[in-house]
Amino acid sequence: MKNIDSNTHVRGESIYVDDIPPRQGTLYACVFDSKVAHGHIEALDVSKAEAHPDVVKVVTYKDIPGINEIGGIIKDEPLLAEKEVHFQGMPIAMVLATSEHSAHEAVKRIEATIKAHHPIVDPREAHAKGELIIPSRTFRLGDSENAWDECAYIVEGSAESAGQEHLYLETQGAYAYPTENGSIRISSSTQGPTQVQRTVGAVLGLPMHKIEVDVTRLGGGFGGKEDQASAWATFVALGVYLTGKPVKYILDRMEDMRMTGKRNPYVSDFKIGLSNDYKIIAYQAEYFQNAGAAADLSPAIMERTLFHSTNSYFVPNVTVQAHSCRTNIPPNTAFRGFGGPQAMFVIEAAITKAAEEIGVPASVIQKANLLKEKDKFPYGQPAGGNEAVDSWVRAEEKYDIKALRAEIDAFNQSNQLYKKGLAFMPICFGISFTKTDMNQARALIHIYSDGSIGISTGAVEMGQGVNTKMVQVAAHYLGVDPSRIKIETTNTTRVANTSPSAASATADLNGKATGIACNALVKRLTGAARKKLGLSEQAVITIKDEFIHVDGQQTELGWEALVQFAFLERIALTENGHYATPTIHFDKEKEKGHPFAYHVYGTAITCVTVDCVRGRYEFDYVKIAHDFGSSMNKIVDLGQTEGGLVQGIGWMTMEELMYNKEGRLLTNALSTYKIPDIYAVPKEIEVDFLESDKENMAIFKSKAVGEPPLMYGIGAYFAIRDAVKAFNPQAEPPFSAPFTPEKVLMGLYDGKANNVESVPVGAVKAKG
Amino acid sequence: MIKFILNNTPISTDKHSGTILLDFIRYHKALTGTKIGCREGDCGACTIMVGDLRNGQLHYESMTSCLTPLGNAQGKHIVTIEGFNGDGLTPVQQAMVDEGGTQCGFCTVGFVVSLQGFCLSSKPQTYENAIAAIDGNICRCTGYKSIERAAQRIVDHLGNYKGQDKMNWLVEQGYLPAYFKTIQQQLETLKAELPQPITPQNGALTPVGGGTDLYVQRPAEMRKTAINHFLDQNELKGISRKGDNIHIGAACTAEDLRSSTIMQEHIPNLHAFMKLVSSTPIRNMGTVAGNFVNASPIGDLTIFFLGLNASIVLSGVGTKRTIALKDFYKGYKQLDKQQGEFLEEIIIQVPQQPIGFNFEKVCKRTHLDIATVNSALQIKLSGDTIIEAHASAGGVGPTPKYLQNTCNFLKGKPLTEATIQQANEVIQDEISPISDARGTKEYKRLLLRQLFYAHFLTLFPDRIQLAQLV
Ligand SMILES: Cc1cc2nc3c(=O)[nH]c(=O)nc-3n(C[C@H](O)[C@H](O)[C@H](O)COP(=O)(O)OP(=O)(O)OC[C@H]3O[C@@H](n4cnc5c(N)ncnc54)[C@H](O)[C@@H]3O)c2cc1C
Ligand code: FES
Ligand code: FES
Repeated sequence: MKNIDSNTHVRGESIYVDDIPPRQGTLYACVFDSKVAHGHIEALDVSKAEAHPDVVKVVTYKDIPGINEIGGIIKDEPLLAEKEVHFQGMPIAMVLATSEHSAHEAVKRIEATIKAHHPIVDPREAHAKGELIIPSRTFRLGDSENAWDECAYIVEGSAESAGQEHLYLETQGAYAYPTENGSIRISSSTQGPTQVQRTVGAVLGLPMHKIEVDVTRLGGGFGGKEDQASAWATFVALGVYLTGKPVKYILDRMEDMRMTGKRNPYVSDFKIGLSNDYKIIAYQAEYFQNAGAAADLSPAIMERTLFHSTNSYFVPNVTVQAHSCRTNIPPNTAFRGFGGPQAMFVIEAAITKAAEEIGVPASVIQKANLLKEKDKFPYGQPAGGNEAVDSWVRAEEKYDIKALRAEIDAFNQSNQLYKKGLAFMPICFGISFTKTDMNQARALIHIYSDGSIGISTGAVEMGQGVNTKMVQVAAHYLGVDPSRIKIETTNTTRVANTSPSAASATADLNGKATGIACNALVKRLTGAARKKLGLSEQAVITIKDEFIHVDGQQTELGWEALVQFAFLERIALTENGHYATPTIHFDKEKEKGHPFAYHVYGTAITCVTVDCVRGRYEFDYVKIAHDFGSSMNKIVDLGQTEGGLVQGIGWMTMEELMYNKEGRLLTNALSTYKIPDIYAVPKEIEVDFLESDKENMAIFKSKAVGEPPLMYGIGAYFAIRDAVKAFNPQAEPPFSAPFTPEKVLMGLYDGKANNVESVPVGAVKAKG
Repeated sequence: MIKFILNNTPISTDKHSGTILLDFIRYHKALTGTKIGCREGDCGACTIMVGDLRNGQLHYESMTSCLTPLGNAQGKHIVTIEGFNGDGLTPVQQAMVDEGGTQCGFCTVGFVVSLQGFCLSSKPQTYENAIAAIDGNICRCTGYKSIERAAQRIVDHLGNYKGQDKMNWLVEQGYLPAYFKTIQQQLETLKAELPQPITPQNGALTPVGGGTDLYVQRPAEMRKTAINHFLDQNELKGISRKGDNIHIGAACTAEDLRSSTIMQEHIPNLHAFMKLVSSTPIRNMGTVAGNFVNASPIGDLTIFFLGLNASIVLSGVGTKRTIALKDFYKGYKQLDKQQGEFLEEIIIQVPQQPIGFNFEKVCKRTHLDIATVNSALQIKLSGDTIIEAHASAGGVGPTPKYLQNTCNFLKGKPLTEATIQQANEVIQDEISPISDARGTKEYKRLLLRQLFYAHFLTLFPDRIQLAQLV
C-alpha cells in the first residue's frame, strides 16, 4: 500500500503548520537570543523594540505565569534566560508583532549587555571540570581488566564523531489561539504532543486539560522535534496567554540551526583485545558525550550508547563507561539512532585499528565476532531472533563478495588517480524506549453509523508512513477496505498521555493498540451479526473483505448493514485500545535487564571511489541485507532504509557542524552545512529484504525500520578510509567523522605533502 | 505596476518591485503549495516555473521564488504547483506517488514543479536531464532513490512523444491543464502593453540581476530598495561573436552561458564545468555580471573568466570604459567601480589556434556548494614551451585571485613536471588563505596545489604524471 498522504503531498495540498490559514488578529513571534555562549546578563534594553509601531509586546522571563522551565528529563532548562546565558542561541526575550517582518525587525533593536565567561565547547574539558549532566554510568560484562592477559593483540585509540543537524525541511514552528475559559489550542510541529502539552501547562501554570495540542503532520522530524519542539509551542502559547490573540512562530532556517540542538557529538577512547584467531576477548570504551548546555534527552541518549557499545558483536568481557558532559552549545537532542550510532562508530574504529595493526581486513574480525543466537549483550539480554550471521552471509552470497573484491583490486591496480575502498557494516539495534514506562500507547477508533471509520492514535506522521501502517492494521483486523478508514490528526484531547513518536517504536506501539481496539469492536460486531443472522454460539463469525463470513463462507450481510444494525441495537461503535509492551524491564542499579522487545539486524557493503588528486569521493554502491522481520509495507520500509542510509552517509561524510572557540555555530545555514543532494548519494543502493518468520514482538512481525538503517552509513567512513590507504598506505587518518574532502586530502597526502601541517581535529572543531 | 500571469490568473500589482515573489505567492495570494525551506536558494522547496517569450517562443525555466524579486516576474508566466494541478494526478505526480518518491512531503512540491518543468523543456528528455532538473531540490527523507525511479518513469513516458505540437501533447496526456495553450497568446498581449525598461545607466537604482546574491545577503533591505531590473533589456541579453571576441551581455545568466553554442565551441568541456556551479534554478537566475560585481573571493564564474583573461565594459552616466577583469578587484569586496557604474558586458578573446582551458572546484559537497578552492587555467603552448598562461584561484585570499606571478613564471618554461612543481611554489607565495567554515588554511594550500596539478593532469594526461608531482 502506498503512503496515504502521497496524493496531497504531490499536489501541494498537505497542510503543515505554516499553511494553516491565519486567523484575524494573529500576532507573529520572534525570539531574541544570546550572542554569547556563556555569560551573565547585566542589562537588557527592549525599549527600542517596544517602540516599533507594529510591536504589541516584548516578553521576558518576568512575564511567565508558571515556572520558567522546559527541561524534560531534568529540570535544568529555562524557556527564557533570567540572569545567566549558557549557549549562543539561548532565548532571552520574545517580540510579538503584527507581522513577521516587523517581529524580526524589532528583535534586531533589542540590546543585551552580557558579561562573558569562559565557554566550554569540548566535552573532555567539561568532564575534567566536573561539568556532568548526570552521574556517569558503566555497563559491565565479564571482567575486562583481567582479560587483557589472554589477548594476543591489544589496541588502543580514540574516535570521535561530530554532531548532525536534523535539517528537517520544515523548520520548527507552532501556531496557537485562545479558546474558551482560558484554554489554548496549539498546532505544533512536534513528535511529542503530550510533551508540548505538559511543558506549556507548567510554564503557563495551567492544568493539562486547558492545553490542546494538535498535530497534522511534520515536514520531517528525525528526533529534532521530539523534545525540542516544545520551546516554540510554549512561546506561542505564552504569547496567547499574555495577549489573548492568536500567535504564530515559524523559525527561519538560521534561527532553527542556531537555536536548536543536534545529534550529540562524541569523543571516545577505546581499548580492544583479540585472540590469535581474531576473537574479541575484551573491549573497553569511555564515551564523552557533548550534551550541550542542558540535559534535554542526553541522559537517555547516553544510555543507548551503552546499550549499543558492542554493536552486533559478542564480546565476553566488556567495560563501557559514558559521561554526559555539559558544554556551552545548544542542548543536543535525539537524532535517528539516539546515541547508538555514536557507540557503533567507536567499536568499528577499534576493530579497524586492530585489523590495520594485525594486517587483516576488518571484515575478518567483524565476521568472526558476530552475535550468535542467545549470546548475551553486556546488559544481560540474550540476542534472540538473531540475524547477525544470517544477514552477513546473505550479503556475502547474494552480492558475491569475491567478485566485488576482485573488481576493486583490479581497479586499484590499474588506476593511479582514483582508488576504490570497501567496507562491511553490520548493525544491531534494539527496539523499545529504553525507559520502560514509555512503552505504552493508545488508539481511539470510531465507527460512524455509515460504516466509515476514524482512527486517532498517539502516532505522529512525519514521513515515516506510520499513518499508512495504521490503516493497514485496522483494515486487516476489521476486514474492511482501507478506503473506509481515515487517520485523524494526533490530538491530545483524543489520545492522552502519549509517548513521542520516536525510538522506531511508533508503528509497533500504536499499531498494537489499534489492533486491540479493532478486536474489541470486531467482537461486538460479530455478536451483533450472530443476532441478526440468528446463528448459534458455535458458528464462527468473521469479517473479511467487507462481508460477514460464517464458518468461512461469505454471507449477504455487508459491513455497512452490520454497522447500521449494531448502531440501532445500541452497541458501542467506539473503542479505546491500550497497549503496553510485555516482558521488557531494566534495572538501572545493576545495569542489567531485558530492555528491548526485539533487535533489528542487517549488513551493508559499501564501495567508494576516491579522487586521489582532489580528495573528492563518490559512492559506487551500498548493498544491504536487512532484517525486516516480515515487512508489512515494502514501499514504506524501503523508503525508510534508503533514506536512513543516506542520512547516515551524510553524517559520516559532508555534514560538518563546526563551533568556534566562543561557541558560535559556524555552519549555520544551508550554504555552509551540506546534506546529501541527489548527486551525492550512492549510485546504486540495493536492499535485500531478509524475510524471516522467527517470532518477534513487532506489529505483524514487521520489524521497526525507522532508525536502524541510518547506521549502515557508518560503512561510508570505513570505505573511504580503505580507499585512502590504498593510495597512501602510510596514512593514519584519525578516527574522526565526518570524513570530509578536507580530511581525505590530508590523509591522501599525509607524509607526502610538503610543508603542510596536519589538521587539528576535535568532535567540535575550533576554528576562526 | 507589475503585470504577469500567476497560474491561470492575470496579476497586476503595485507592490514594491523588490518584494520577494515567494511572499507574494504564499502571503498575498495564499497559495501555500509552495514551501519555505531556507530562503537562500539552497533547498528548492520554493521552486516555481517561469515562462517567458524568447524570440517569440514560450520557454519555461525553474527558479527559486525565495530569491526572486517581484519585479523580475514582469511580463512572465509564473507557475506554482497549483497551476499544474488538474483533476487527476499528472504523470509526474503519479510517478512520484507510485515510486514512493514522497515521505514527509515538504520537499515534494519543489521536486514535482522541477520535473513538470523538465517535461515542458525543449532540452533532450533524457534521464540525465531529468536529474539535472531536480539538482536544486534537497530531500532529507527519501535518500533520492525513489525520486530517481520516478524520474526514470517520467522519462519513459515522455518517450511516447513523437514530435507533435508539444503543448497540445502535454495537455492531452494530462501533464498540463488546458489553459497552458493560451499562455503564449496572453504573454504576447501582455508584453506589448508593458513599458520599456529603464536605462541600465540609471545610477540611482540598485541593479539586480537574478538576485541570487543580494536576496541571500540582505533580503529585508531589498524589499524596500529602488531596483533596476535589467534582465529583460534586449540589448543586454545574449552572447555574440564579433571577430576574435566573444561578447557576453549583463543579462546573460549562468545557464545562458552554459547553453551557448558559441561558448561551447570555445570551451568544449563547458557543460561539465558548469555542472559544478550552483544548481539548475540558480543558474537560471544568476548572471555572470552579478557574480563579478558580488566579488566573492570564491565566485566560480569570476575565477572561470579570470582564467580566460576576460575584460569588462563599465558604463556610467555618459562614461564607458573597458578594463581587464583582473584589475577590477582591489581588496575584499572592493572594486574599481564608481558608484552607479554598470557592468554592461564581458569580453573574451578567442585565439586562432585551440587553447587548453580547465576549471577545477572542490567543496564539501561536489554539487550545489560554494567552493573551498576553485581555479582555472588557460595555457598556450608552442611545441613543449608554454608561451602564455592565465591562472586564477579562489578561496585563497581576500579577492578572486589572478595568479599574476605564477603566470609570469610559467611563460617561456618547458611543460614538465619540474616546471609545474616550481610554479606551485610561486603560487604558495602569492596566496594568503585563511581558515574558515570551508576549510583550514593548510588544507586550502594543499588543495590549490592539487587543483593546479589537476589542470595539467587533465589537459596533458600523456605528458604529466601524478607520481612525478607528489
Ligand atoms: C543556492 C545558491 C548557490 C550558489 N552557488 C554558487 C556557486 O556554486 N558558484 C558561484 O560562483 N556562485 C554561486 N552562488 C552565487 C550567485 O548565484 C552568483 O554569484 C550569481 O552569479 C550572482 O548573480 P545575480 O545576477 O543573481 O546577482 P545579484 O544578486 O542580482 O547581484 C549581485 C551584485 O551585483 C550587482 N550587480 C548585478 N548586476 C550588475 C551589473 N550588471 N552591473 C553592476 N552591478 C551589478 C548587484 O547590485 C549586487 O550588488 C550561489 C547562490 C545561491 C543562492
Ligand atoms: S526556500 Fe529554499 S530554495 Fe527557496
Ligand atoms: S520527503 Fe521529506 S524532505 Fe523530501
